Amino acid sequence: MSDITGAPLPPPTRTPLLPPTRTPLLPPTRAEYCVIACAEAWRDAGEILASPMGLIPSIGARLARCTFSPDLLLTDGEALLVGPDGTVEGWLPYRQHLTLAAGGRRHVMMGASQIDRYGNQNISCIGDWARPARQLLGVRGAPVNTLNHATSYWIPKHSRRVFVEKVDMVCGVGNDRAGGAPFHHLARVVSGLGVFDFATPDRSMRLASLHPGVTVEEVREATAFPLAVPDEVPYTRDPTAAELRLIREVIDPADTRSREVAG
Amino acid sequence: MSADEVVSRLESGMTLGIGGWGSRRKPMSLVRALLRSRVTDLTVVSCGGPDIGMLAAAGRIRTLVAAFATLDSIPLEPHYRAARERGALELMEIDEAMFLWGLRAAANRLPFMPVRAGLGSDVMRVNPGLRTVTSPYEDGETLVAMPALRLDAALVHVSRADGRGNGQYLGPDPYFDDLFCEAAEAAYVSCERIVDTAELTKETAPQTLLIKRHTVAGVVESPRGAHFTSCVPDYGRDEAFQKQYATTSWAEFAGRFLDGDEHAYQSAVRDWHEEAAHE
Repeated sequence: MSDITGAPLPPPTRTPLLPPTRTPLLPPTRAEYCVIACAEAWRDAGEILASPMGLIPSIGARLARCTFSPDLLLTDGEALLVGPDGTVEGWLPYRQHLTLAAGGRRHVMMGASQIDRYGNQNISCIGDWARPARQLLGVRGAPVNTLNHATSYWIPKHSRRVFVEKVDMVCGVGNDRAGGAPFHHLARVVSGLGVFDFATPDRSMRLASLHPGVTVEEVREATAFPLAVPDEVPYTRDPTAAELRLIREVIDPADTRSREVAG
Repeated sequence: MSADEVVSRLESGMTLGIGGWGSRRKPMSLVRALLRSRVTDLTVVSCGGPDIGMLAAAGRIRTLVAAFATLDSIPLEPHYRAARERGALELMEIDEAMFLWGLRAAANRLPFMPVRAGLGSDVMRVNPGLRTVTSPYEDGETLVAMPALRLDAALVHVSRADGRGNGQYLGPDPYFDDLFCEAAEAAYVSCERIVDTAELTKETAPQTLLIKRHTVAGVVESPRGAHFTSCVPDYGRDEAFQKQYATTSWAEFAGRFLDGDEHAYQSAVRDWHEEAAHE
């Protein structure tokens, strides 16, 4: 029996009081909780394309692929479908990528320069669209993504400048504007502070879990719209020891994740 | 055909499609020839990269049709961005899938193609001319009627071509280059090397023959013609030079690199690299 690295797993311990056979792992960092929270977006997703944008979502998608969602498809960020070790298993140039999106067998995790309480997202520009104060990327594929398949968002720096009352340009379509579009589904928003979903009667944003060390007050303070907060807010789950080893030793040994989220 | 001959066939006010994607396999030597000409007032249709940045900086674009403009390794195209922020061009901002469907509609001589993308987003607000279409079948779904993106001319760059216009890409992605050619009245293909027709499939599969000669009006041999964007496998992106482009004022960049012909450009780039290596 071996784990994904090919290294033998320690034998099952019969007595939990026995000392661990390996050096104890350092506790999870904030970035590692974010990786876990992103990976969970692709749990039970089946045989679909995971399209992470950003470092931590990319680590999360590979972690999910290596553990609980082995059927996920991943790309090399260009035109190839690859396994976790880089083995090419298929060809996906941009034009086929767009067909795959329209076909619905995909879950994207995009970034957001702005997002509102219904999940409307902006990556196009800040200010008046006709003459923006800051030109950003453009709508890119946010409209086709949000109307066709599951969409999540990753926002490393949770602030009132990003979590806004109203976005300046709707690129990704929110729940109040989807108008019953048949395949529209906003799954989750992961930030440096916690995980959010839209499990409320009016499908507005709700705090689903806090990363350990974060308070509800801190999240409210960094959010410019009223956020639904349940009476009991759980913490984002701990990574397992196997997951931590995968993140630290196999997927991201250079620790690029801590550059995206500190702490 | 030379790049300047291609540009001599273009006119101000035309709708011009430019192939490639972001900072990948852009027909940059043809764009540089365009910058040497007086052709202006263009409607440009592009998966935007430095082609858009340069033409915008030089004031040649009246209207841009695009879903984005990026340098890939540098997310935001600085000169395009500056042009937008000073209100220097009109923009038809559409989604990537709408863009693809618009080219397909033109290539198929259809007035529009139905597409689900765009509904509910501000793409509909900022493009008040966009219309929807309702399915005549039982589902009755309402979709966006993406109008055909018909082009007066298209410029694309590939790895190899024969003299008749059969164009070959050797990298991982064809981007939308064949569609640009099919959507255009006249398409011009630049390539790294013109080879005999038989040479095209001597060592590579026929599926690499992306562009067909009946869609092509002229072929230009232009080694390193996509520089500083990538043209894999012939060469990757010139990241150091792209960074120089992105961090230098347009006047300074154009003054040093775009004052002469293509040969002068390529040697100015070599000189710049030598200087940078000695710093």
